[in-house]
Amino acid sequence: MSDSLDQIFIHAKQWLLSFMSGRAPDWLVQIISSLINILTLLGVFLTLFALISVLERKILGRMQNRYGPNRVGPFGLFQPVADGIKMLIKEDIVPARADKIVHFLAPVLIAAAAILTLGVIPYGRNMTPFTIDGGILFFFAVGSATELMVFMAGWGSNNKYSMLGAMRAIAQMISYELPLIITVLPVVMIVGSLNPDKIVGAQATYSLGFLPHWFVFTPWGATAFILFFVSGLVESNRTPFDVPEGESEIVAGHMTEYSGFKYATFFMAEYIGMFAISGLGITLFLGGWHAPVHFLEFIPSYVWFFVKLSILLFVYIWLRGTLPRTRIDQIMNFAWKFMLPMAFTCVVAAAVWHYAGRALRGWFWSLAVIAVVYFTLSILLDTRRKFAPRSYRFAE
Amino acid sequence: MSTVAFAAIAILTLAAALAAATLQKLMHAALSFAVMFVGISAFFFLLGAEFVGLVQIFVYIGAVAVLIVFTILLTRDDVGKVRGFNWGGVIVAIAVFAGLVWAIGKTKSLQSALPQIEPVTVQRIGELLMTNYVWPLQCVGVLLTAALIGALILVMEEKN
Repeated sequence: MSDSLDQIFIHAKQWLLSFMSGRAPDWLVQIISSLINILTLLGVFLTLFALISVLERKILGRMQNRYGPNRVGPFGLFQPVADGIKMLIKEDIVPARADKIVHFLAPVLIAAAAILTLGVIPYGRNMTPFTIDGGILFFFAVGSATELMVFMAGWGSNNKYSMLGAMRAIAQMISYELPLIITVLPVVMIVGSLNPDKIVGAQATYSLGFLPHWFVFTPWGATAFILFFVSGLVESNRTPFDVPEGESEIVAGHMTEYSGFKYATFFMAEYIGMFAISGLGITLFLGGWHAPVHFLEFIPSYVWFFVKLSILLFVYIWLRGTLPRTRIDQIMNFAWKFMLPMAFTCVVAAAVWHYAGRALRGWFWSLAVIAVVYFTLSILLDTRRKFAPRSYRFAE
Repeated sequence: MSTVAFAAIAILTLAAALAAATLQKLMHAALSFAVMFVGISAFFFLLGAEFVGLVQIFVYIGAVAVLIVFTILLTRDDVGKVRGFNWGGVIVAIAVFAGLVWAIGKTKSLQSALPQIEPVTVQRIGELLMTNYVWPLQCVGVLLTAALIGALILVMEEKN
């Protein structure tokens, strides 16, 4: 019973395809098989986007001691529909001096890249939409293309706020891509594969029947997960790292000259990027679609994935409601002076853990490596002792 | 199926390359250059070399294209200006093309049948890099570290 519930979507797809295979040519069946995956993915995540956009406002409202949207539908749940209609009927303004083609292509391509990254994440048992040997590499390859799209948006708008915002966005995305990718390395090293399914499979066992072997429960994994999460915050331009769209300084950054549905597309791409990076974090460190304790494995695997995803998304919203925006120079210093050395330390700690026998001894030694580097860094980077008049480089 | 895909990718790649060479605005040329890189990585995917295809996107779109775009933006103040047609470039391109055609025409190995090779998996590449090619890998690592330190020294704040 539980097994059939777990595989219900897979069986439905197979049934549909076997129904087709007698009646249509092979290439058509192949294309339809891909289309089913793509449409399901789009349907699920666009619904999730609509839901999260209203939930975020609700939760933020609660944190700020007010109600949040509660007028449209029960509990304000139809707010996304109203928002969508509003965005669609807004006038689409393109600046007269803008580069029309580049200005138009930027939001389209940025959404395409964000949606592509969703394809390699395993959402449940046998539920990876796009199985590829180097899935993790695919994720980062497509993700790194986003920088060019942001640049297109900034340059195509022909506006100095847009250009400066794009520059900021690209600078911080490039800086945090390094720790992001390097924190993935220890997991790839330990599993010995770039395939997301194999990475999930490596975390499938339990000690004593209830302690899951997720990588987040090892010293290097916990450190890498925190670094990964912070880098993910930056990559998806979320508070406290949302300087590219700091209203008080550069209007809305690279999105300044966009209105109506194009702006909504940027908004959507940002949220989808957030889902994708959380999904990858779940796959790499939080055991993918596996249950946290063995006897709960009877609950379908995709339910576990989405439970974990909602928890991570709640943390994103929570941080947004809690933290103020950081300065751009603080973000950059943090990336190069703290995140990068710590990310490299995770790689070393994972190697130590592996060679000390993956048990209590490895646990101890890898924790020691991380602790030594962490405390050394915090002594070296301590700026509190230097009280001095502030000096300016480019202004008097 | 794969012939159709090949034709489609080839047309896309060639059109993007032509656009990169002929478009009037420098920034448009740089962006079509990026499209051409996508086309080339699609070729690698078509040939089953998915690792090379992914690295192609990673390095050329994520790094080289961004670098080109920034170089144009930061070094020239006439980004928006229309440039003239570059006849010298055409002559060089024709000369290179003719040289390549001549060299390929002279090669004899074209007649021999292709040897059957195993599909290259990521795992296999990793094993080779860690065994046979470990010294070249280390040398590249040292070179990149030197480049990184050099870049840091170049932009370091001058204290006077």
